[in-house]
Amino acid sequence: MNFDLSWMAWTWPTAAFFATILLLLCGMAVWEYASPGGNPRVGILRFETTRGDRLFLSLLGSAFIHLAWLGLVGPSLWWALALSVVYAIGVFRYV
Amino acid sequence: MEKTWNNKAWFLVLPVLVLVAFSAVIPLMTVVNYSVQDTFGNNVFFWAGTEWFEELLSSSRFWEAMVRNLIFSFIILTIQVPLGIFIALNMPKKGWGVPVCLVLMALPLLIPWNVVGTIWQVFGRNDIGLLGYYVNALGIDFNYVQDPFDAWVTIIIMDVWHWTSLVVLLCYAGLVSIPDAFYQAAKIDGASRWAVFRYIQLPKMQRVLLIAVLLRFMDSFMIYTEPFVVTGGGPGNSTTFLSIDLVKTALGQFDLGPAAAMSLVYFLIILLLSWVFYTVMTNYDAER
Repeated sequence: MNFDLSWMAWTWPTAAFFATILLLLCGMAVWEYASPGGNPRVGILRFETTRGDRLFLSLLGSAFIHLAWLGLVGPSLWWALALSVVYAIGVFRYV
Repeated sequence: MEKTWNNKAWFLVLPVLVLVAFSAVIPLMTVVNYSVQDTFGNNVFFWAGTEWFEELLSSSRFWEAMVRNLIFSFIILTIQVPLGIFIALNMPKKGWGVPVCLVLMALPLLIPWNVVGTIWQVFGRNDIGLLGYYVNALGIDFNYVQDPFDAWVTIIIMDVWHWTSLVVLLCYAGLVSIPDAFYQAAKIDGASRWAVFRYIQLPKMQRVLLIAVLLRFMDSFMIYTEPFVVTGGGPGNSTTFLSIDLVKTALGQFDLGPAAAMSLVYFLIILLLSWVFYTVMTNYDAER
């Protein structure tokens, strides 16, 4: 059987992006196995969030940080990536 | 470390995961791949990087369509949710009227979207349409083909006619699940009609209202078929919503890269707003 995936137009950067997301999900699964229950807590948003919620918020927020950077600053996204990492650490620490 | 529940049940979810992977995740991955490339067809792609996203974010056409979409969704929710609750509250709870009302309410939901668009396209016309003709006969200059305001009115009334039933049916399901004991207790306490609604019916409808608001928001924000059939996005661009603009870009102009970038931004906005709605409503529920 021949799996021709050329119609999906894969590129190395997009493959790396999805591999990172997959690794994050695997990491979350391992974390959940090691410490079950999702670590629910009430943070600065004043409602209960689990680890999964915090990852979702981190990824969604990072997407908007990158878009805002593209729209307001320019096409070089390394600083947007750094800002996103800081934002994600903040979300996991305080939300 | 003590395991508190059996996680093997998750394997039962596997078939759904496979289905979602094929119907949603793989197409989404393809859209991401397209969004950073350009193509002239024949499966040949050229790297474009973030060019389409930059172009999109500085495009007034995109932002105007976005504002139109947000205004449309806001108007739709403002009308359909209170109207749906009102109708559900006034529907009979027992007797022969129940099946009659339920069937009448379900009818608009059974009509395909393009047919709804065609019905209202004819209905609103001022030469042969019942609505357009009689509104003009009353002395009101109504022409949805030429006047942007009239086009908006037609599309909003059409959507209210088509989808309020969904809110009604969901609210009705919430209302009939309230045990009689609640009403009896309210009667003993001498509660007013408003108090019964505010402290018994509305809280009991909270969960179904959450579903109704989410469904109606997502659906109205992604609306395509009905306005496309009725107005084609016009007059001018006055009813060109994001989905219509997207289809014009992807299929009309065959600009797959820019269309993919637009799809992703569109998707992220829907994801964000749906999360906000869901979080606000579920936490309000939890606080109670």
